[in-house]
Amino acid sequence: MYKYASPKNFYALAGRLIPWLGAVTLLLFIAGLYLGLYVAPPDYQQGDSYRIMFIHVPSAWMSMFVYMMMAGGGLVGLVWNIKLADMLATASAPIGASLTLSALVTGSLWGRPTWGTYWVWDARLTSELILFFLYMGFIALQAAIDDPRRSARAGAVLALVGVVNIPIIHFSVVWWNTLHQPASIGSLGKIVSPSIYPSMLHPLLIMSVAFFLFYFTVLLIRMRGEILARERHTGWVAEIVRATPEIRGTHP
Amino acid sequence: MSQNLLGTARCIFKRDLILAGRKPADVATPLAFFIIVTSLFPLGVGPEPDVLSKLAPGVLWVAALLASMLSLGRMFAGDHADGTLEQLALSPHPLTPLVFTKILAHWATSGLLLVVLSPLLAMQLNLPTHAMGTLVVTLLLGTPVLSLLGSVGAALTLGVRGGGVLLSLLVLPLYTPVLIFGAGAVTASASGLDTKAYFSLLGAFLLLALAFAPWATAAALRISLD
Amino acid sequence: MSWRTFFAMGGYAAYVWSAYGFATVVLLWNVVSAVRKRRAVLAMLRELALAGQTPKETGRATLLSE
Repeated sequence: MYKYASPKNFYALAGRLIPWLGAVTLLLFIAGLYLGLYVAPPDYQQGDSYRIMFIHVPSAWMSMFVYMMMAGGGLVGLVWNIKLADMLATASAPIGASLTLSALVTGSLWGRPTWGTYWVWDARLTSELILFFLYMGFIALQAAIDDPRRSARAGAVLALVGVVNIPIIHFSVVWWNTLHQPASIGSLGKIVSPSIYPSMLHPLLIMSVAFFLFYFTVLLIRMRGEILARERHTGWVAEIVRATPEIRGTHP
Repeated sequence: MSQNLLGTARCIFKRDLILAGRKPADVATPLAFFIIVTSLFPLGVGPEPDVLSKLAPGVLWVAALLASMLSLGRMFAGDHADGTLEQLALSPHPLTPLVFTKILAHWATSGLLLVVLSPLLAMQLNLPTHAMGTLVVTLLLGTPVLSLLGSVGAALTLGVRGGGVLLSLLVLPLYTPVLIFGAGAVTASASGLDTKAYFSLLGAFLLLALAFAPWATAAALRISLD
Repeated sequence: MSWRTFFAMGGYAAYVWSAYGFATVVLLWNVVSAVRKRRAVLAMLRELALAGQTPKETGRATLLSE
């Protein structure tokens, strides 16, 4: 197990895993889309618009999960000085930010037929918006620092401060939301209730697993890029570079 | 530095106040910003007293938040430039209490002055008189949280290019709970509702920030000085 | 169910398909940008190796910018 913690072995292992992970992810997406868009019946209240749930909810769940992974990776990198953990945090940020954006846009498109407007300061959407800002801060901070070690460590501290704050932010937004929102406008969160039909629950679960595996697939690809960049002075990377055929269009 | 920790801390506190006193413009700029922003609002939304008193809690709190953010840049920048920060990091005392002292001194020359100024601006915005006390108390509880959370961002962006804008991007999302509870309390008090829950929440947030922020800031400073 | 009713989505076609379209764009962007980033690093390292430079001399920023 420990031998995969070295960047060299991880690079090779990730390279072998990516095609399999990608294939399983693709199959799950196809199954989830088929069940969610074709098999599941329309909702008795919302008609077919509720089908946006199958991408909105997994995006929102993953946006939180990826931030936790980012902070976890940052913590491990900070405490035990493990380069791979730093790379995991850095590589997670753009994936998490894009999934947060996806949750925001799909939520807004779901909100239009449900509420009559594209944007309502609903607790879930507002929390996602602030989470998006937190991701932007992390990416901007790491991009502004050239030294890779300092960049990783500064990002880790920021992600950890963010993780401590996320529950507080979420609580404060829910509190604020219940004070200001007229009761007739329900929250998107309430739609996903435990009483959901199995024909709607199954595609939701399958899509969630698909998003989950998708994150890990892209994470491994991104981490391979990070490993090459940060281990470029090592012999094994030089070997890989030498073995790489010339890529068209990169030479002037 | 053969003094004990308390003596050193007192020394740092006094020194930071003296330094702030020597550069009154640095202290006054965020205050001027606070006044200008709140004065611009009536020009933007109209002078109707009802509208203004409805908007007042939010406007005052957002303006205080932005003003306190503006002052964050100078929290460590001067000490970073002249090497004082390295000396602090090398001192025999743990860095966290020393950083806490610096945050406290910074708050005394920024947040505290905003609190003092706020009733005046609240009158300008026609905030009901009975909500004035709540405004001052929430700012008194909330602005230290802003300084504490902000210190982490200030330490992380030390010497980084594009520091000022970056700092606001890092810090403003973390400020949302303070804004929600602070402005919420003033709104509740203006409409004659109970504000006890808000005060407890703000107080709890302050305790949490007191416990964790100086420690995180010290860690961030060590990273930036590395 | 005919294809037409499937695409009509009970009158919500505009919202459902633009949401799914946006999510597809986001997912594809993730894959493409991740693959391109690794290729860009490899291409850059190759160029440096051909120029006879040791990669240590360049900063991280130049290597990682796409």
